[in-house]
Amino acid sequence: MDLSCLFRPSSMAVIGVSTSHDSHPANVIYNKNHLRYPVQTFAVNPKGGSLNREPLYRSVADIEIPVDLAVIAVRARFVPDVVSQCIDKGIKGAVIISGGFAESGSKDLQNQVADMAARADFPFVGPNCLGIYSPDAVDTFFLPGERIIHPKKGNIGFVSQSGGVLVDQMVKFAGEGIGVSSAVSIGNKACLRETDMIDWFEQDLATRVIAFYIEGFDCREGRDFIKRAEACSKPIVVLKAGKTARGIAAASSHTASMAGDYRVFSQIMQQHCVAEADTEYELTSFCEALSCYPKGIFGNVGIVSVSGGHGVVAADACGHHGLDIPRIAAATADTIRARLSPEIQQIAALDNPVDLTGSCVDADILTSVRHLSRDRNLDCILALLLPYSPGISADIGAKLSQVARNEGKPLIAYVPKEDKYKIITEGFALNKIPVASSVEGAVLMAKALKRCRPW
Amino acid sequence: MVMTAQMQKIIADAQPMGWILEPQAKKLLADSGLGIPEGIVTDSFDTAQKFLAAGAGPVVIKAVSADIVHKTEHQAVVTGIQDPDTLAQHMERLLSLKGCSQVLVEEMVSGIEILVGAKNDVQFGPVVVLGPGGTGVELYNDTAIRLAPVTPADVYSMVDSLGAKPVFYGFRSRPGVNMEALTQMVVTFSHQLMDLEPHFESIDLNPVICTPDRCVVADARIMLLKK
Repeated sequence: MDLSCLFRPSSMAVIGVSTSHDSHPANVIYNKNHLRYPVQTFAVNPKGGSLNREPLYRSVADIEIPVDLAVIAVRARFVPDVVSQCIDKGIKGAVIISGGFAESGSKDLQNQVADMAARADFPFVGPNCLGIYSPDAVDTFFLPGERIIHPKKGNIGFVSQSGGVLVDQMVKFAGEGIGVSSAVSIGNKACLRETDMIDWFEQDLATRVIAFYIEGFDCREGRDFIKRAEACSKPIVVLKAGKTARGIAAASSHTASMAGDYRVFSQIMQQHCVAEADTEYELTSFCEALSCYPKGIFGNVGIVSVSGGHGVVAADACGHHGLDIPRIAAATADTIRARLSPEIQQIAALDNPVDLTGSCVDADILTSVRHLSRDRNLDCILALLLPYSPGISADIGAKLSQVARNEGKPLIAYVPKEDKYKIITEGFALNKIPVASSVEGAVLMAKALKRCRPW
Repeated sequence: MVMTAQMQKIIADAQPMGWILEPQAKKLLADSGLGIPEGIVTDSFDTAQKFLAAGAGPVVIKAVSADIVHKTEHQAVVTGIQDPDTLAQHMERLLSLKGCSQVLVEEMVSGIEILVGAKNDVQFGPVVVLGPGGTGVELYNDTAIRLAPVTPADVYSMVDSLGAKPVFYGFRSRPGVNMEALTQMVVTFSHQLMDLEPHFESIDLNPVICTPDRCVVADARIMLLKK
């Protein structure tokens, strides 16, 4: 199904714009799109008239040009009529913001809308949702632009059952410098569901990773999700809420009592290479890592550090997250030592973690990463860079990125998050090498890659 | 695989009760190719004693009762019976248990106890569960869960994810299980689950007893969906 009418519309109608309440959701949505997005926006209210010197259309039928997207923010009981008018007008799809459907007991009303739309091949998001945010394209969130924090344009497609969590996660993405291709709150998912979002984002060239916030699936929906996820060529990340075990019916079996809802969910995601993030923080790390490295690893990590302590902390975190720190081959260690600068040749510890000491210079780090990348025992390299060391230059990010690109083995960097080190961070980021702002974050990025095996 | 007429009849007969009695459950599983112990269902001491005499080793007897879902809690299982007198004595006690008019007499198989289970999950449909078996399974809660049907590689990954993994592969000079036999059993079982999907709620094959040669379903409980 082509959903570009929803995610990249060239024209949209906002239905339910109020003539008296400036903060009505429809008004917020109309204003922000009309003023700030490259989409031709029309306000609709049956009373007609004008709003801020722009015409108010009595009905979508009155709009002079074809319309891609309808954003519907009228009371629930009027939604069927409005949807019917949109279909008659030939509008290609809708976001139904309105609440008052299945979530508050009006399942029949929701079904009525869903059936009508299905018959007309009219895709919609919602009801009871925030809808879609596509940077530089469209924003149906009814939150004033000055109040929310927008992540930049990027390559994560984010899908959430909760609008609140979606907005919150967007703040976190923005904080970590992660961008989204689109973010969508699917609400009651009466028409478009998670599986449709996998299909859409898989063919969307702007998206590299598809991330989900999931509270639960409907009957057998989890199986459909897994089948689509398994066939999807892009990495999928999920964050699950509602992990506490629900009661199991009495007189049941041992198996039923042990295979609680969440354990089943978690293990099946793992079985099918879907990376399950434990926390919002992990979700952010996973998205960043997988957007750079979609292929899997076994999880044999080589660590390079300029401080013994950081190496140990990283090794502990690897152990905690199920990653191995194998010994590096003797030949690798010999090759590296022979090429180290004389100042550290005798004092560098060339075990795993590799400790190059605070006296190392850029060239020592490049040499170590280059040759660790060639070690068959390792399939991922963590470089813990502390720019306090005088021998480390501002170019280390860009230079190390070139080594990693050349060697073709995943490199993950840790650089303390400080404005003065931004040039290093950007040196990595611009070359699509993921950078974490903590040692733990770097380890979580490696954990994300272990979601599946290399083939 | 398709449901044979016998399978359908077993399920239909058990529907009012909500679960399938062990002898019928085993028949259902054996029909699809799972190994079960040699055994008979009887209320006659004579028949039971003949079964004991004909076999090479000890037998186990179990109460067959619609009122007893969890047999251990009713002391409704006696293992390691070697002589006719003990057999008769225990059989008499089992036949006095609530709802018990017959007992299941089976060859006793010894080996590593494994839980092979299934749940008809609301969100995902049939899933397979594997872990160390026995009466303490819930205490250790050491299980691997996979979407059914599974592949042989899934079965290995399940075993590898268990805390009890060394038990499966053999440790401290004790032999492990026959992984080929276990894999075949779990894969076959997982395919049968897809046929049973409209009917079952959850299944315990606990224990499945695995020796270096084979795996047999020593106990089976199939809970049906309420219709």
